[in-house]
Amino acid sequence: MIQHPGVLALLLASGLVTLLVVAAAGLGWQILRHWDQRSGTESQLALERRTYLVSALLSLALGVQVLSLFLFIFTADGLHSQFVGAMCAAGSLAAAPFGYTTLLMKVGTCLLAGAWIVLHRADIRAYDCPLIRPKFALLLGLAPLVLAETWFQTRYLTGLRADVMTSCCGSLFGQGREGIAAELAGLPPALVHPLFWGSLLAFALAGAWFLRTRRGPLVFAILGLAFFAAALVALVSVFGLYIYELPTHHCPFCLLHHEHGFVGYPLYATLLGGALAALGVGVLAPFRNRSSLASVLPAMQVRLAWTALACAAVFTLIVGIWALVSPLRL
Amino acid sequence: MRPSLQRHRSVLDFALSSLLRRKGRNLALTAVYTLVVFVLASLVFFVQALKHEARELLEHAPDMVVQRMVAGRHDPMPASQVEAIREIRGVEEAEARIWGYYYDPVYGGNLTVMASQDPTLAPGSAWIGRGVARNMRVAEGDMVPLRGYDGLPILFTIQKVLAEDSELVAADLVVLAPTDVRALFNLPEGLATDLAVRAGNPRELATIASKIVEKFPDARPILKAEMLRTYEAAFDWRGGLMVVVLASAILSFIIFAWDKATGLSAEERKEIGILKSIGWESGDVLLLKFWEGAVVSLAAFLGGVLLAYGHVFFFSATLFEHALKGWSVLFPRFRLIPALDAYQITVLFFLTVLPYTAATLVPCWRAAMADPDSAMRS
Repeated sequence: MIQHPGVLALLLASGLVTLLVVAAAGLGWQILRHWDQRSGTESQLALERRTYLVSALLSLALGVQVLSLFLFIFTADGLHSQFVGAMCAAGSLAAAPFGYTTLLMKVGTCLLAGAWIVLHRADIRAYDCPLIRPKFALLLGLAPLVLAETWFQTRYLTGLRADVMTSCCGSLFGQGREGIAAELAGLPPALVHPLFWGSLLAFALAGAWFLRTRRGPLVFAILGLAFFAAALVALVSVFGLYIYELPTHHCPFCLLHHEHGFVGYPLYATLLGGALAALGVGVLAPFRNRSSLASVLPAMQVRLAWTALACAAVFTLIVGIWALVSPLRL
Repeated sequence: MRPSLQRHRSVLDFALSSLLRRKGRNLALTAVYTLVVFVLASLVFFVQALKHEARELLEHAPDMVVQRMVAGRHDPMPASQVEAIREIRGVEEAEARIWGYYYDPVYGGNLTVMASQDPTLAPGSAWIGRGVARNMRVAEGDMVPLRGYDGLPILFTIQKVLAEDSELVAADLVVLAPTDVRALFNLPEGLATDLAVRAGNPRELATIASKIVEKFPDARPILKAEMLRTYEAAFDWRGGLMVVVLASAILSFIIFAWDKATGLSAEERKEIGILKSIGWESGDVLLLKFWEGAVVSLAAFLGGVLLAYGHVFFFSATLFEHALKGWSVLFPRFRLIPALDAYQITVLFFLTVLPYTAATLVPCWRAAMADPDSAMRS
């Protein structure tokens, strides 16, 4: 293990998040088993009080989770100088097993925890807590994922050895290599452009339809998630090239460096924020018919839909402007 | 203003006045919190600044240093190898260096003695670093004796004391003419301490290094990147080690914060009871507790970070320098160049605010859930 303050901070954070989520899941299990809205017993009252604790625990855990996603990438980036051949986070993540697994798990838990918070915020607006069961069922699904992520991250960070021969981003994301990352990076612009602009158009149309008629939230959410996935692929395979001004550099992490104006931060923040908001619209969709939520949910969904569309617009604007002003022509 | 924002503003307002009502207690907590942030922040800033400094220094170092190994130890090498190395394709410049360490028994310090080809440096004269000048209490024009390999002193006139901005590298440096260094260390003509190599394209260094080893199997090439990596690893390791040592301090602070948050005074209990009886919901009380915690954390974090900034960049980290810089009699005196970024602040936030928030969460919830009736009665 490399005793870097960032590594220690990450280990501490994941340990705390695990503790918070496991404690919340334990309370959630009790609530799922014994919850009875109509009862006025002492134990039901105690359960109602515990829902406050669970929401406080999870709000903190989610905040930490999102921050630690960026801290993880930045720490991996900062450690690259200690591995021969690594030039950014891409090399550091490949320097020990489970680097990329941890990254994917972190993104997944961020999205799920975000969905939980959306459900929770809708639930506390209604007088009879109608979403208590789906909410805590989701929490019980989230807890093992967080545990697994902590385990993967600990294995990865403790497995890092300075001066290990690893690969630089040029060979991991370079064309003509094997693996999903290289396959995605190698997609030709002729395929990526229609995919990106087509999914953007579909997403925008679904958004307009949903905002006008309040119908089709699930379609909006699915198209939204598809757009943000397509945007990530397009960023690695085509738009990144304009930013690097190099036709062969496909690294998703070098975008975070200062020589590219830290453009990766707004890009990834809009991708993650937009995906979260689109997911939120979909997560709320099945509960629109609950009577106590009828006045709350549509307004929440509209706000989330606007957020998702705004994130998509900002992302498209940034990469679009970059593609226009870049001296590189593909 | 939007109602939700207005609510937060009002609760924050109330939280501030509530904190001020219990001034003594909250000040003690904030002071301890600030101290913990200060110590950790000093450490993180200092390590970062040293890494930055090392990177800047090595910027001008040769791309590669070639040493000769005899029986696993560094040995003087034939200066004639310079020619053979210069012929390797990709090598821009190769130079034989003559240097060594000199222990000064009078002042108890280790000096680095180096030869310079500079024509302005006459034989019998020396250029010395500021650390040496300070230690020996000498100035330009004075004479200093250095004891030769045979025990006889050799006198040198100080021609120049090196500039202040080079102090980190040159504090313990004595620069002499090549013939003087050879005479001091009894280094025969034709031998050099090591060779410095510069390559036109740094990407070719690995190939050049393998060609050198092929030509001279007893040579050990050391790349600049390797030196940099070693420095970074060493500083990171020292910083990490100090964080681990300080973990006990963080833990004690967490226990202290937990204890403070758990032990609600009768007056506070009553206050929460009254708030709830006049219509505050449990969620509002929880929000109040959140804002109280946020104000304390923010004040302590900002205070700690500012104090640490002053400590590291204005006072050269007096409390930590010996543990982190290394051990030496001739310490360079230098002011670190501020090197701060959002990453370090985030790391600090994770190491201090996060454990504090997690530790006070459950006690705050307990306080917020208190029954108004029983709270007022107690």
